[in-house]
Amino acid sequence: MRPVTPPHQALAPTPWRSRSLNLSGLAGAFAILAVLCLLSVSIGTRTTSLSEIVAGLSGSNETIAEAAVSLRVPRTLLAVLAGAALGVAGCVMQGVTRNPLADPGILGVNTGAALAVVIGIAWFGMSDPQDFLWSGIVGAGLTAVFVYTIGSLGRDGATPLKLALAGTATAITFSSLVVAIILPRADIAGGIQSWQIGGVGGATLSRTLSILPVLGAGFAISLLSARKLNLLALGEDMATGLGERVAVARLTAAAGAILLCGAATAVCGPIAFVGLVVPHVCRLLAGVDYRWLLPFSALGGAGLLVAADILGRIVARPAEIDVGIVTALIGAPFFIWIVRARRVRAL
Amino acid sequence: MAQGLTARALVAGYGDALVLDALDLDVPQGRITAIVGANACGKSTLLRALSRLLKPKHGHVLLDGKDIHKIAPRALAQKLGLLPQSPVAPEGITVLDLVGRGRSPHQGVFTRWTQRDDEAVAAALEATKTVDLANRAVDELSGGQRQRVWIAMALAQETDLLLLDEPTTFLDIRHQVEVLDLLHDLNAARGTTIVMVLHDLNLAARYCDHLIAMTAGRLHASGTSEAVLTEETVRQVFGIGSRIVSDPVSGRPMMVPIGRHRVDTTPAQNEAMEAMGQ
Repeated sequence: MRPVTPPHQALAPTPWRSRSLNLSGLAGAFAILAVLCLLSVSIGTRTTSLSEIVAGLSGSNETIAEAAVSLRVPRTLLAVLAGAALGVAGCVMQGVTRNPLADPGILGVNTGAALAVVIGIAWFGMSDPQDFLWSGIVGAGLTAVFVYTIGSLGRDGATPLKLALAGTATAITFSSLVVAIILPRADIAGGIQSWQIGGVGGATLSRTLSILPVLGAGFAISLLSARKLNLLALGEDMATGLGERVAVARLTAAAGAILLCGAATAVCGPIAFVGLVVPHVCRLLAGVDYRWLLPFSALGGAGLLVAADILGRIVARPAEIDVGIVTALIGAPFFIWIVRARRVRAL
Repeated sequence: MAQGLTARALVAGYGDALVLDALDLDVPQGRITAIVGANACGKSTLLRALSRLLKPKHGHVLLDGKDIHKIAPRALAQKLGLLPQSPVAPEGITVLDLVGRGRSPHQGVFTRWTQRDDEAVAAALEATKTVDLANRAVDELSGGQRQRVWIAMALAQETDLLLLDEPTTFLDIRHQVEVLDLLHDLNAARGTTIVMVLHDLNLAARYCDHLIAMTAGRLHASGTSEAVLTEETVRQVFGIGSRIVSDPVSGRPMMVPIGRHRVDTTPAQNEAMEAMGQ
């Protein structure tokens, strides 16, 4: 028997009783991320000592080790930012579509961003990372509109299943287009290939910082949509009954997600599974309230991408495996494990 | 200016199909109203049009004389609550979290949860006897408990008007009566105007002050259960013969349907059959 909880106790101080639990969870996730970041700047082809890390972090380049540390800082920062962006974008897209399988990859948005970047490089000779950024965001946005339009054809509108089908079909078509564009172009193939697999290895500080404003806007919009996502989770009718403009809520939240994954893809290439796996794990930890789920997904995504990047540097020493391959390698079995161990929660 | 919820020359439907045909309706304030009718007569469509879920093609739905599509959605949601037919809850959500979301119309993007919200949620849980369930996951609950929780959420919204689409469907008879008792309490205690689509004519006649019988997208009859629930109306609305007797429990009219079989040949029944020309 469950104990009977008197109302005053159940309701104090907010109706979300797990508040303190969630706060400590967030603090824990933050601590883990901090440790991972430290590992990321110290581990690599060359292992560095603590004093060298401190020296490297404070800007000194005198020894090779210190130089290695200062090179690893931007890539760590990029992994944190891109991971957080993909985690939040996946979480928002799952909320907007009420589809547990939604993620920027499955909805075709990442591939759309990639296609736009590849077209820019191949046909317009684009080489400035800032141009990558804008074309990535435009590509992601157009693809989202395209997929949503196709997915909402027919009488009952944009059902989760139709969206997923439209997204998957679009993703496959766009990846073929990307290949078709690159294949005859031996001159750009190599560069595009490593970008396309998804990497943070080539990160520079200026390039990483250049996506900060876009990511900031994306994070802000997504977090402000948390309450709307909470209402959308109750279904379209209920959300309308509770005073939400459903179409506006979906558009705003999706815009935030598109900024995030468009920018992340433009800089790192399409990185799979972060947006899919992270929100599900966070849901098991933090529950269904998007006001908690989004920050958890940000920390979780950042942690996963930093960890994947570290792993990619260790397993094939002295060579490196791109982070996109590692997330796919970790992500796929991990996702199968979640689905089997504790089935994916219906949204 | 008309007070309360009214519909004027309302035409609505899906795509090209028109379901509601120039319908006029005045919802009596502070009363319980049931909408009854055969399948596909437009009951749910009417409820959707009354609650802003469906935009009319012509005509208006007015709340206190103002078109509901011209009222800011959140302001409308502070006055008019809605419980759709089969609402969905995300898996793992607790009763407390769900009922708390009923407070949304009273909160802005940046406003925080207040004492007032706490009180509304506590009152809603108590009224629906779901206090003990507060920390349970909604998906663990039985159908009857879950429906009480959804009603608690609608109560937390604190609206003067509450629209419910078949709130008793999929419930066993005990829980049907429990839900209707609860709505009666709510109407008596807070004066909430209630409009619901109901399938069970006899429960509708017993619990509702006002009955609306619909056929083919129009109001066929409306008024007290005594005025609406007649053998004549039942035949015209549902296409079936019946006898109306007095409900031994409530004294309200009670409909006993007459099919082709299992009809005793008592004099009374014969009269009824003859009266219907069979």
